[in-house]
Amino acid sequence: MCKVIVVTSGKGGVGKTTSTASLGAALAQNGQKVCVVDFDVGLRNLDLVLGAERRVVYDFINVAQGDAKLAQALIRDKRVETLHLLAASQTRDKDALSMEGVERVIGELRRSFDVVLCDSPAGIERGALLAMRFADQAIVVTNPEVSSVRDSDRIIGLLDSKTKRAENGERMEKQLLLTRFNPTRSSKGEMLGVSDVLDILSIPLLGIIPEDQEILRASNLGAPVTMGASASTAAQAYRDAARRLMGEPLPVAAPDEKKTFFNRLFGRRAA
Amino acid sequence: MSLFTFFKSRSSAPVARERLQILLAHERTAVGPRDLVAILRDELLKTIARHIEIDPEKLTVTMDRAGAFSTLEIDVEIPVDKVEEATRNSALPSAA
Repeated sequence: MCKVIVVTSGKGGVGKTTSTASLGAALAQNGQKVCVVDFDVGLRNLDLVLGAERRVVYDFINVAQGDAKLAQALIRDKRVETLHLLAASQTRDKDALSMEGVERVIGELRRSFDVVLCDSPAGIERGALLAMRFADQAIVVTNPEVSSVRDSDRIIGLLDSKTKRAENGERMEKQLLLTRFNPTRSSKGEMLGVSDVLDILSIPLLGIIPEDQEILRASNLGAPVTMGASASTAAQAYRDAARRLMGEPLPVAAPDEKKTFFNRLFGRRAA
Repeated sequence: MSLFTFFKSRSSAPVARERLQILLAHERTAVGPRDLVAILRDELLKTIARHIEIDPEKLTVTMDRAGAFSTLEIDVEIPVDKVEEATRNSALPSAA
């Protein structure tokens, strides 16, 4: 049975697109048939992060409006053949996506894929609401930083009220993906800790993605970390998160916890 | 910079945590989907107002979430003379 999962956050720049691409790639590398869908009409970037920017001919809006068939718009990844992309339109207006059109396309995707990852635009406007509307579950991407946590709290409220599942009285499963986490700074009390964010948001943890130079390198090259830098700590973290997403009971280890005492000792003295 | 402020300034995460907890407790009641605390507050006000005259601003209702339990805290400030007045009034019909 297909799972439709929205990747959302409220705040921009926290890593929704990077996480969608990396999780999508990790799931596809595991043999799942995956489609990543860009909902950010006018500001599409998922194509760029996946290195498919020159292969977009038809997009989501073309399909939603009936001007192209879904099969014509789907872009198959050249490295992992079970990974597909449905790009957003770069030139059209945000209002070009209708609720009915989105529902029909999601319905079609459900019949062809194991997992559909919907990359939400930032904000709490129409685009973000459409991205979550028909989802079965949600990944809330959060940075350990006050404004991101506040916006995530707001998004959790919307997931519980504005989605089709919520309106039908069904439970919307939500999981937290903590990104750009810096274990050293957190252990020194300079950054919110994992338990701080979990206590405040009260949703289960899907994974912790440490801040990693490989992430920027990966988007520069158009290859998600799980493909281009598979040995990096971020790639390992995304692979683990992808396995948990599929229901594996894999425990979450806070990255580099052993170093903390040492870091505290010398970090303070150096400052 | 003294040693005290040196150590204090390094650890900003607890401050962030506390600020967020206070802010979100407030925002959840203001924009939450079901606004339970606001409904409770309204009904409590009406119930109390039937017996004692109080200043609506002196009634605070807060809901705290910690792990598996939530606690509802109701704090009402009532002037002493209003309590006496209310006890007198409620005593009259039963005496009759």
